[in-house]
Amino acid sequence: MNNLQNAALNVENVEVKFERFRALRGVSLNVQQGESFGLVGESGSGKSTLLRAIAGLAPVTGGTITVNGKTLGSSRTKAFYREVQMVFQDPYGSLHPRQTVDRLLLEPLVVHGFANIEKRILRALDEVGLGSSFRFRYSHQLSGGQRQRVAIARALILEPSILLLDEPTSALDASVQAEVLNLLEQIRRDRKLTFLMVSHDLAVVTHMCDRLMVMQNGAEVECLTATELARHAVQQDYTRNLLVASEGFVRPS
Amino acid sequence: MSALLTVKDLRVQFPTRTGVVDAVRGVSFTLGRERLGIVGESGSGKSQTGRAIMGLTPPHATITADTLNFDGMDLLDISAKERRNLRGNRIAMILQDPKYSLNPVMSIGRQIVETLRTHEKVSKAEARKRAIDMLAAVQIRDPERVFNLYPHEVSGGMGQRAMIAMMLITGPELLIADEPTSALDVTVQLDVLRILDDLVRDRGMGLIFISHDLRLVSSFCDRVIVMYAGRVVEEIAATDLQNAKHPYTRGLMNCMPQISNDRHPLPVLDRKPEWAL
Repeated sequence: MNNLQNAALNVENVEVKFERFRALRGVSLNVQQGESFGLVGESGSGKSTLLRAIAGLAPVTGGTITVNGKTLGSSRTKAFYREVQMVFQDPYGSLHPRQTVDRLLLEPLVVHGFANIEKRILRALDEVGLGSSFRFRYSHQLSGGQRQRVAIARALILEPSILLLDEPTSALDASVQAEVLNLLEQIRRDRKLTFLMVSHDLAVVTHMCDRLMVMQNGAEVECLTATELARHAVQQDYTRNLLVASEGFVRPS
Repeated sequence: MSALLTVKDLRVQFPTRTGVVDAVRGVSFTLGRERLGIVGESGSGKSQTGRAIMGLTPPHATITADTLNFDGMDLLDISAKERRNLRGNRIAMILQDPKYSLNPVMSIGRQIVETLRTHEKVSKAEARKRAIDMLAAVQIRDPERVFNLYPHEVSGGMGQRAMIAMMLITGPELLIADEPTSALDVTVQLDVLRILDDLVRDRGMGLIFISHDLRLVSSFCDRVIVMYAGRVVEEIAATDLQNAKHPYTRGLMNCMPQISNDRHPLPVLDRKPEWAL
């Protein structure tokens, strides 16, 4: 699995410090081209920070991040954001409240100087299962699931090869979550995308990802495949506790 | 089992610019000293049902019901003062996120003492002692220290325990828990549920557990009411949930990803317009 030539994303010993707090204590991972990789952990485990560090939204103080063979410096270039796009947790907070869907989708296209803008917007909306009737609506006129679809469309419109997903469904109802997860899977298949997905929900990550890393206190607990997790073949007690907890409440008899 | 709470044909309506919104449309159930779960998606009216019982519906909304009876009292008939005496005293409510529902500029201990002294005539020293005992009862290890902390100084799980302590200190007979663990990590979620479970059983309270998480509710409650578009679509014993009849309940059960069961794509809910009728 450690074929570095073919890696879409390689993270080596990355450290993130917020003032004196070490949010990430040397985390390494390797995601292959077209693979879907999951990060699981409780709040404060550093899973979102790792995602944000890759996207250039967190202060990286050590280690190297390599995307599609290119090692990243301290700032991110425009070309980087064409390759890597992110979908955030809260669709209520990540869409501009005073911009229509059209305007939201237009902006990345203009920034990156795309041609055929009209066609691309229509196609992006179509791809995430929203008709063109949604094009001139504001985000407050959409439901949570529809907003998350717009956020996904905005990320996909630049035709990135890597998608960073930060808890994309945790603000949604279970039934809407199923729809969005299905959409993400279908898009990954159609476009051969690489996913790096963060979730606190073990079931969601096992469903979506081939491999996953369990994190705690800014460090790796263990790396395993989804099949290992499904067979409960885990090495660490911490992961075992998470597994037990995710099965729901058991009344002590 | 004598009924603690009887709700019959409860309706909650909100007037808006575009017409009246029916948030709750004829909900009926009875509750004894048991754990009842109310499950539904956002907008199904589950929280508004809890709030109507608690008396926290915004004043511009209209509540009607054939019966809304708590221990022999008609909740819609009694005065605001009597309602206030009930609220926090005999009926208590735990809200979703301790970050927003605790007072940020008051120490946890003072908030608990305030609740107690609003409803009971006790001395300051006595109130302090009972608050600390209550914090210990929700398994806070160092209650004396936590008593003096402010909500921002404690974790989410600790904050939610403090909230439970605050709600239970007056010894309520009915506890309404509106998504009490949704903002917490799974492992912390279980700790909080275990504490809640013990206290509800030991004190013989009636519990209404409102949640969007059908799996969690079914593992915690005795009975489950499933709501859709302001109505009860199914009422079922929690152990019977696997044999739910209504397609909505079954859809909700099915659409969750499961660790040991790989299904691609996930089954999605096919909403039928007749469910909302």
